[in-house]
Amino acid sequence: MSASPVVLDGQETGGSDFVVNDFSIQVATANGSGSQTANNVLMRSIFQMGVPVSGKNLFPSNIAGLPTWFTIRANPKGYIGRKKEYDFLVAMNPETAREDVEKLQPGGAAVYDEPLALRSIRGDVHYYPVPFDKLVAPVCPEAKLRKLVKNMIYDGVMAHLLGIDLDEIRKALFRQFGTRKKKAAELNWGAVLAGKEYAEKNLTKADPFRIERMNANGNKIIIDGNTAAALGCVFAGVTVLTWYPITPSSSLAEALISFLERLRVDKETGKATFAVVQAEDELAAVGMAIGAAWAGARSMTCTSGPGVSLMSEFIGLSYYAEIPCVIIDVQRVGPSTGLPTRTQQGDTLKNALVSHGDTRHPVLFPSSPEECFSMAQNAFDLAELFQTTVFMNTDLDLGMNNWMAEPFEYPESPLERGKVLTAADLDRLGGFARYKDVDGDGIPYRTLPGTNHSLAGYFTRGTGHTDTAAYSEREDDYSNNMDRLARKFDTMRKHLPVAEIAPRPDARIGIVCVGTSRYATEESRDQLLEEYGLACGYMRLRAYPFSEELDQFIDAHERVYVIDQNRDAQLLMLMRLDLAVERIAKLRSIRYYGGLPLDARTLTARIASEEGL
Amino acid sequence: MSTTAAPPPKKTNRIGLDILPYRGLKTTLCAGCGHNAITERIIEACWEMGVQPWQVAKISGIGCSSKTPAYFLNQSHGFNGVHGRAPAIATGAILANQNLNCIVVSGDGDTASIGLGQFMHMLRRNIPLIYIIENNGVYGLTKGQFSATADVGAKLKTGMVNELTPVDCCIAAIELGASFVARSFSGDKRQLSVILKASLAHKGLSVIDVVSPCTTFNDHDGSTKSYAYMKDHEEPLHELGFVPSYEDIEVDFAEGSTQEVELHDGSRIFLKKLGRDYDPTDRLRAIGMLHAAAQTSEVLTGILYVDRSRPAFTELLNLVPEPLATLPQERTRPSAEDLAQIIDEFR
Repeated sequence: MSASPVVLDGQETGGSDFVVNDFSIQVATANGSGSQTANNVLMRSIFQMGVPVSGKNLFPSNIAGLPTWFTIRANPKGYIGRKKEYDFLVAMNPETAREDVEKLQPGGAAVYDEPLALRSIRGDVHYYPVPFDKLVAPVCPEAKLRKLVKNMIYDGVMAHLLGIDLDEIRKALFRQFGTRKKKAAELNWGAVLAGKEYAEKNLTKADPFRIERMNANGNKIIIDGNTAAALGCVFAGVTVLTWYPITPSSSLAEALISFLERLRVDKETGKATFAVVQAEDELAAVGMAIGAAWAGARSMTCTSGPGVSLMSEFIGLSYYAEIPCVIIDVQRVGPSTGLPTRTQQGDTLKNALVSHGDTRHPVLFPSSPEECFSMAQNAFDLAELFQTTVFMNTDLDLGMNNWMAEPFEYPESPLERGKVLTAADLDRLGGFARYKDVDGDGIPYRTLPGTNHSLAGYFTRGTGHTDTAAYSEREDDYSNNMDRLARKFDTMRKHLPVAEIAPRPDARIGIVCVGTSRYATEESRDQLLEEYGLACGYMRLRAYPFSEELDQFIDAHERVYVIDQNRDAQLLMLMRLDLAVERIAKLRSIRYYGGLPLDARTLTARIASEEGL
Repeated sequence: MSTTAAPPPKKTNRIGLDILPYRGLKTTLCAGCGHNAITERIIEACWEMGVQPWQVAKISGIGCSSKTPAYFLNQSHGFNGVHGRAPAIATGAILANQNLNCIVVSGDGDTASIGLGQFMHMLRRNIPLIYIIENNGVYGLTKGQFSATADVGAKLKTGMVNELTPVDCCIAAIELGASFVARSFSGDKRQLSVILKASLAHKGLSVIDVVSPCTTFNDHDGSTKSYAYMKDHEEPLHELGFVPSYEDIEVDFAEGSTQEVELHDGSRIFLKKLGRDYDPTDRLRAIGMLHAAAQTSEVLTGILYVDRSRPAFTELLNLVPEPLATLPQERTRPSAEDLAQIIDEFR
């Protein structure tokens, strides 16, 4: 093994010019090569160093072979949105290596598989060739496993080059493999050490990038949004999950199933306090959830955009028949093949209005694992309080990527089960009218099948019924009922998660967004102030229907930019349905729809351009 | 002294209810519709068996047949859902409360055309409910188009002839896992009554395909689902007797002539041989005979298949005995310690 000298054609970087904790690493591999473990260990070890970090997996719709990229961003100020540019490359995939190197920031660095011979591509970056195949053979005698273990070598190389404490790598690695896979962990640890040793002996640090210990992460955990949402459902007391596999929501259902099996099986009897059905399609999945909710269960399904399209008839029925249902939509890009593994806020408008006739549904917009956890609980309470389908719109970026999060707080308030009459209630009241607005809030009372009372039963239908649930095709019965449903929807505004508002003094410009757009928006807002002196007020809506606070926010600004991760400005369109004309006139649209998580630079450039700056 | 005559005492069933709670609204279907006769049989069977009306959930899809749950068991919860999707709603209801007695009424369009997928998967799961198909071979509410159970050669009023292979819901049911499968004719009062009572005693999925003529759109010459056609082509496999679990009656029958099948709740059905040997516990032969009958244009009726060993879906789920719907918070929300432990695992 010959020592590989470090080529440095770009500017020389002295020790005092280190770029500390503020750069992005891009790892380029082939799908199915087991790089996910190495990437998560690398990300987690930086997190354990106390440095704010985010990780984004850009993967194809494929089991093995196609290119995959994993981006790790460290940022001392805590900006964890996607950054388009990357400073450090780990090039493992021959298919994309040339393009990957070309996209590196000037002055950046590339660790690469030696046979790829990348150094001729450009002269303004630092190269660290590593003979991965030669290194992996001695540490992994079993040839079949080498493809998987090989990736851990770059963790060792990176630890050396970036100054990551090897103990943190070891801790993250053994955590990743768990107590049951000690042998596999040891094997991978051998690869890390091989990488570290090779780098020490053969590579001379020439790039400026370093990780140094900070203390910015406090008590935080690392968790993906789907797991957080699943945990929220468990603590919301979910009893029925009916689902159909679809990327990117499948891991939510799978995480939920594993939590339920762990926490909701009676220790004495071995019996489950939950039912899970993997349905034959999304029509059946939502139909079962609605049937279960009609009979009183806390039921849910999780899906993505194409699934909601299939569910739309049933969702309309749940609106008219007033049946609670929770649908978690982990949004992705469009139908069929192409970009199903990329992120988008593509269902903002659809989910608010989905189905035929006049239908409107509450939609919650979590932006973080903490909110996935808390809003999943809100969703179940709201569904039962208002007897309607409640959507929680997350997206692939939030659902499938790992995020730093504050530890979740145990829910203090009891489960809200809504207006359900028992046999004792019926004895006391002498009966009930299923669709009567007794309390003036538009929300009627219901009974559950199996209630031991001769007056409990009623007949559930779609559109045509009187307030005693009798069949009716009369125009006044129909329109009165529709008016009550509108009243119920209006009542909801005061019960939904409130918007996050961050005003800035003298700001004439406002920015409104939902969900994961927050990360780019928060960072862009600081960029606009620092680089252009443009102060912007900020509002992150957390639910539809919108509250009066949106009116007030628009009134307080001359112009309001509405951020959408879709082509058709769906959030802005939804606002237009509700807002007064003079407020609509103040709205400006900023859209991004490339399938990647939104980044701050894109927003800053667009807003600055709109503002003529 | 007043001499007003006391009204005659009402006849009550074994849980002390008269027939009224088992009745429903007045039917809005056509005069002579086979579905109305089936509704009457459901009312009688539930009353005779002493079914608790409040424990019944009546579920349907869309179509003439799907309207009928409004015409029986007025005190029960009912759900007229969306076209072809009653199996999903019923499955969900049973997951929420496995103690419900669930009766689904569907039609041939609802089951075999738009709802075929859901029907098939309900069979695979052996969901514990009674699934009645009121089968007339046409869509009534949209004015008489063919459904997927129309036989080859069957002719519509317009003269259009069906050339496509029909879906045989009973063969599918036996094949895919329903544990009680029967075929009957709405005009065969005695047979249908026994089949319904037996299905109420069965734990698991009962699929009952009832040929039920549509007097408006499919009761003419050339129809294979008309009263006249059934009169000529119905071949009962056996004469049925039923002894419910709560009656201790000795039944005498000649050796070899009658087969006795005990159901889950201890009720017994007696199948007296008519013409041919038929064993409703022999799955392969049942399917073979149904195929053979289709070749000769015979409509075999009776209890086609019974399997008491196959577990219902709810047993596979290993649920607590109480309804999930009304479990208290202490049993559905894990503790703060549980959450703390999980959070620790993500540090």
